[in-house]
Amino acid sequence: MAIKFGSEEWLKAFTQEISQSQAYKEAAKKWEGDLYFVIEPEASLKDKIVVYVDLWHGECRSSALVADESEKTPAYRIWGPFGVWRQILEKKLDPVQAMMTGRLKVKGDMAQIMRMPRAAVELVNCVTKFETEFPD
Amino acid sequence: MWYFVVPEVVFGQDALSRLAELKGKSAVIVTDKNIVKLGLVDVVKAQLSRAGMESRIFDEVEPDPSLQTVSKGVALMNRYEPDLVVAVGGGSVMDVAKAMRVEYERPDLKAEEINPFISDLGLGTKAKLICIPTTSGTGAEATFAIVLTDTADQRKLSLINREIAPDIAIVDPAFAMAMPPAITADTGMDALTHAVEGFTCTWKNDFSDGLCIRAIQIVFEYLPRAVKDGLDMEAREKMHNAATLAGIGFINSLTSMAHAIGHSLGAAFHVPHGRAVGLFLPYTIEFIGEAREDLWAELANSLRLEVPKGERAGPIIAQAIRGLAESIKEPLSLKEAGIPFDKFDSSMDKLIDNAMADGSLIVSARIPSVAETEKFLRYAYEGKSIDF
Repeated sequence: MAIKFGSEEWLKAFTQEISQSQAYKEAAKKWEGDLYFVIEPEASLKDKIVVYVDLWHGECRSSALVADESEKTPAYRIWGPFGVWRQILEKKLDPVQAMMTGRLKVKGDMAQIMRMPRAAVELVNCVTKFETEFPD
Repeated sequence: MWYFVVPEVVFGQDALSRLAELKGKSAVIVTDKNIVKLGLVDVVKAQLSRAGMESRIFDEVEPDPSLQTVSKGVALMNRYEPDLVVAVGGGSVMDVAKAMRVEYERPDLKAEEINPFISDLGLGTKAKLICIPTTSGTGAEATFAIVLTDTADQRKLSLINREIAPDIAIVDPAFAMAMPPAITADTGMDALTHAVEGFTCTWKNDFSDGLCIRAIQIVFEYLPRAVKDGLDMEAREKMHNAATLAGIGFINSLTSMAHAIGHSLGAAFHVPHGRAVGLFLPYTIEFIGEAREDLWAELANSLRLEVPKGERAGPIIAQAIRGLAESIKEPLSLKEAGIPFDKFDSSMDKLIDNAMADGSLIVSARIPSVAETEKFLRYAYEGKSIDF
């Protein structure tokens, strides 16, 4: 059954997939840093969604949907319009290409991102292992 | 959405004369001491002086060049304020020249900070970058990637940004004539690996495909001739063109698993880059296998290799590459490459770690796990075809 995009249930499914993914564990075993994924409203998405995940050495230590971005000060912020995120989650767009073409913006330690691009790819693989229901 | 970035390419015999048409007061020639000894820098200086330009030489580029070398070169540029940076050499020289140009034009940006996510570097206002390759393999004359070593931290930096591509690539075969057979073979295998991976990685695209296929065809036809007789001008010219075609092809798609594992091997055992990636190429084709069967079939067709009915094209391409490598005396296994087993075995964790962290791996049509990478390396050590 499809899970509503950006819901608590969706975040739970996402973090469960992270914890079960051997490929992510291997790709991100040296990753240190929490992130905001900011999905900006566009078309059928009326309100901004901010997903917080604290990723550390291949594990997700904590996660939350954040109403106010000032609640936390994560090491990374990755943001872009809903349409771009949707293409990534539907595996129609490579996340690294999205960042390289500026469709997703990135703030944080670029050197670490460049050292572990496969972590980003495996993270997306985690979120595509369950069916997401997008707003229409 | 994606980009296709390519410099102005001037190719063929006498391509160097393009230098005499350029405008400017002065140039810094970036090179190494061996290229100076071969007299190639004098030829470049003569063309620049025909354009009315003075030139200064920076010949301190070493193999596996460092950030510190870049800083020395930038200091010279700041004193001399050139309008042109002219790189004459192999991949290391061209990488240093690209980094020097960035730091010269953008003193607020250190070379190690170059990454694909920054835009509007505003290069080209103070100095244009011209690259003249003296090897036929790296394709660096046409790419927007730089590999440097941070000697302070003992780490390799892979820097990429599409705005750092050279303005002009001068692909003149006369500059490749001095390469000895072993370097011709190693760099030729590098060009082949660029082209095969550029054509089959997951970021492949319509703009790079044709360049990669043509480069593969040229390498198969002309690399053995260029290795056998370095004075075979036709073979030299074709291989020089193939390297640039492959460079443009792969930088606009990407390289893949053979590069990820080849980089790792090179860092651990100092195997020449082209030899390392070329050695792994047939094994990666076997490993990726069915995930790219349609493309292996297309390649086989373009090389006029027969694929018997009911058989897969991947293994046939892999064997054809091994045949080419054998004909130019390239090693087919890590054992043949002279790597002692005890050192290989004790370096396994590091080899796997570095390969798994390499950016090239993300565009492989099949990404190996840690366990598969170890098995892959052990097969490549023994020269066993990949069967998993």
